[in-house]
Amino acid sequence: MRNARATQLLFELARPGRRSAQLPACDVPEVPLDDLLPAEALSPAPPPLPELSEPELVRHFTNLSTQNMSVDTHFYPLGSCTMKYNPKRNERLASLPGMIDLHPYQPSATLQGLLELLDGLQQMLAEIAGLPAVSLQPAAGAQGELTSLLIAAAHFRTLGQKRTKVLTPDSAHGTNPASAAMAGFDTVQVKSTPAGFVEMEDLAAKLDDSVAVFMITNPNTLGMFDRQIGEIAKRVHDLGGLLYLDGANMNAILGITRPGDFGADMMHFNPHKTFSGPHGGGGPGAGPIAVSEALAPYLPVPVIVRDGDRYELEYDRPQSIGRVRSFFGNVGVLVRSYCYLRTHGPEGLRRVSENAVLNANYLLSKVKHIFPVPQGDRCMHEFVASGARLKSDRGVSAMDVAKRLLDYGFHAPTVYFPPIVREAMMIEPTETETKETLDAFAETLFRITEEPPDLLCEAPHTTSISRPDEVRAARQPVMSWRAE
Amino acid sequence: MSLAQARSNRVGDARGEATQHDETMPYVANTTDDQRAMLDAIGLESLDELFEAIPEELRLKRPLAIPPALSEMELTAHLTALAGKNASAGEKVCFLGGGSYDHFIPAIVDHVAARGEFYTSYTPYQPEASQGNLQVFFEYQTLITQLTGMDVSNASLYDGGSAAAEAVLMAVTTTKRHGRVVTANSVHPEYREILATYLANLGIELVTVGTPEGTVSPAELAAQINGDTACVLVQHPNFFGCLEEVDALAAAAHDAGALLVVAVDPISLGLLKRPGDYGADIVVAEGQSLGSPMSFGGPYLGIMACREQHVRRMPGRIAGETVDRRGKRCFVLTLQTREQHIRREKATSNICTNQGLFALRAAVYLAAMGPVGIRQTAELCLRKARYASGRLTADTSLVPAFSRPTFKEFVVRCPHGNVEAALERASESGYLAGVPLSRWYDDLADCFLVAVTERRTQDEIDGLAACLKELTCSNA
Repeated sequence: MRNARATQLLFELARPGRRSAQLPACDVPEVPLDDLLPAEALSPAPPPLPELSEPELVRHFTNLSTQNMSVDTHFYPLGSCTMKYNPKRNERLASLPGMIDLHPYQPSATLQGLLELLDGLQQMLAEIAGLPAVSLQPAAGAQGELTSLLIAAAHFRTLGQKRTKVLTPDSAHGTNPASAAMAGFDTVQVKSTPAGFVEMEDLAAKLDDSVAVFMITNPNTLGMFDRQIGEIAKRVHDLGGLLYLDGANMNAILGITRPGDFGADMMHFNPHKTFSGPHGGGGPGAGPIAVSEALAPYLPVPVIVRDGDRYELEYDRPQSIGRVRSFFGNVGVLVRSYCYLRTHGPEGLRRVSENAVLNANYLLSKVKHIFPVPQGDRCMHEFVASGARLKSDRGVSAMDVAKRLLDYGFHAPTVYFPPIVREAMMIEPTETETKETLDAFAETLFRITEEPPDLLCEAPHTTSISRPDEVRAARQPVMSWRAE
Repeated sequence: MSLAQARSNRVGDARGEATQHDETMPYVANTTDDQRAMLDAIGLESLDELFEAIPEELRLKRPLAIPPALSEMELTAHLTALAGKNASAGEKVCFLGGGSYDHFIPAIVDHVAARGEFYTSYTPYQPEASQGNLQVFFEYQTLITQLTGMDVSNASLYDGGSAAAEAVLMAVTTTKRHGRVVTANSVHPEYREILATYLANLGIELVTVGTPEGTVSPAELAAQINGDTACVLVQHPNFFGCLEEVDALAAAAHDAGALLVVAVDPISLGLLKRPGDYGADIVVAEGQSLGSPMSFGGPYLGIMACREQHVRRMPGRIAGETVDRRGKRCFVLTLQTREQHIRREKATSNICTNQGLFALRAAVYLAAMGPVGIRQTAELCLRKARYASGRLTADTSLVPAFSRPTFKEFVVRCPHGNVEAALERASESGYLAGVPLSRWYDDLADCFLVAVTERRTQDEIDGLAACLKELTCSNA
């Protein structure tokens, strides 16, 4: 139960002299500090951290946790984020001392079980992708994109081709153009049709031999599978370019179709979405990539190699782009992915997608009577409803609806994305929700549209805070607490 | 036929017009009846029709070739067996460092981070439903500014290495100097590799100053900084454990109009002068030391803090304080116009997901430590590391590679014999004795890096010295 008294900051609760940590006495001979380090290197005082007792700390953070909505407590249909259930067995198994208490520079002889697991994960990801070579190193989907684009750049450098552009659809995740810019490419936007598909004429107009990569999300950010994908891949390949698949929406197609089979040369996975790694309040994720045989030599180092029964990390790969992250990547997230994939097996994985798509279509069939879904009656794992009519008729915005949902105990959908739909509400129920939950959500949406606009514009009414003044936060940024 | 195969086959047989519900789908609630009702509501006959949009020729016509499903008990046995093939740092005595350390993690860190409301929530796009995470980020940012002496911290990046690369890119856009970046050989080699990867297509020259004495000479560094140099990237204490002359390095950078980017060990700040007090412009750190397990290298925590005037160039999410409609203090994600979901190709970085849960862990750790605990931890590391370097170089044939003051790590040279072989045999004797440097440094191919945290006891250090005495002398 939320504790209304608990609103103070750590720093306001602190009192000099309180202690939580308890350290052992020094068991080696105590030499004066001045003899160990030059005086100019030392700080005159320890950093001014707050001082609290352990019970205060536990209560503080526990009370803070109750001010969050989460998958464990609420339906969380945040489109594009795949907020599915996070299996508890995965948490337990990823925390086994033999999995978590491992140093990244231990001799490989002491890591054989983990390397076997990671190798197994690579093989499963390659199979799901339909692309043979995998790197587990990228720390998140966006870093997977960057890594892949750096691989593309290296590939074209090897071929002696100067390709300066990356194409992205106007419906793309913001990370796509941002990754392209970081990799040193110019981004060119390709138009979408009203249904969110690639406008082929515009693609043809923008595609030439200066294009390195076309980045596509398929199913796209409207939750639609672009049937033109085979033709798109052909056109990109005919001009010597590469097709990148943003794998954010893989939850819709596991075991049903494979990016490698529909023409992608490289892709990333989002294990924190598709393979149930917990989102952690904003991470950690992971962003493993899969690439074609031709691009395999450029993968980041190290890679796992198998020599008979032994697994080793190989660093000597002359064509590799190098590293994008220290050590081996977000291994803890990858162990959870492995557990998830092993729990499902081939049939189970396919059913994940079948039920994710079933739940989304079922919810769409209910929501379309309340909010128009411009893309039509069918979707893959998510869909985008438009609040434009409610906005023009009654002055109630998609954001108002989102906020009011919180009062009814539902997390809001993703709003105002993708940018090609007005008053967009992007809804992704995932396969782990029940029909009753979906029914209740749809009923609540309907009920909200009947409520007075004044009530909605002021929503939420029951959360620990009302709507924050975001303009003030940006104009007069206060980004840390300071003693008065 | 194994149980798993039998179950898998049974499921395969049962696939028909509608998928069966059974125990191999523990996380899907839909029963066959539910599916039927839902398909009816949609107006479809079968699950297959849901996928009509995918052209037939692009469909996978066979089951995925991945291993069959395992029950929870089978999976537990499988993972336990795999874990048993690893030797955890709890089974061996860990003297490994190089950016990942066996520091103590108070129980409350795990306890708090295991709250489902924290670890199963996501990015606080709806602040009213995320005040827990947002306040934690705000508190984390404050704790990082207190620790570093900097003005502003973001809410985390991926890890220390990519944070260093992001800091350099931030320095480039801040100074509008696109010509050169100067770093030193004493910066973590993996951080420099990441930086080189990130800079590969941006036309920015990366100059690395040598460090034969274990630290970078301010004069040699200054000689490499030209009028188009965006920043200097150094590490303090550096990869070899040595303290750099940071005051002089800051002056060298600033005299030429470049920024000082410094990678620090957050534990060292219990004792060492804070970067904000010696003129650092951007501070990055690997935050793993602050309450996160070693976990074979990740997930970790990329710490980044900077001076207030640079904040609009900073990558990553930032929590800010504001008030709600009733005037109540609350927290939101702020300065979002820096970020990719708003600015797309003009964003300060492509980063989206960060390491929220590990920022939480660091916040709980730092609050649990407080000023006294962080100071004691740093002092214990320093004293034990010095004791260890004394014992190792006095009792064995190992010699110190450098003479500079060190914090919790030091490099020893093994004049006789093969370092890798000695370390391998030390491992067999129960000691993860150090990180060989040959992978990164040709001139240090006979050296290894030893790290000593507050967790190591005098007995363990004496044991390591005895073990290495035998190995390094018998190798001669």
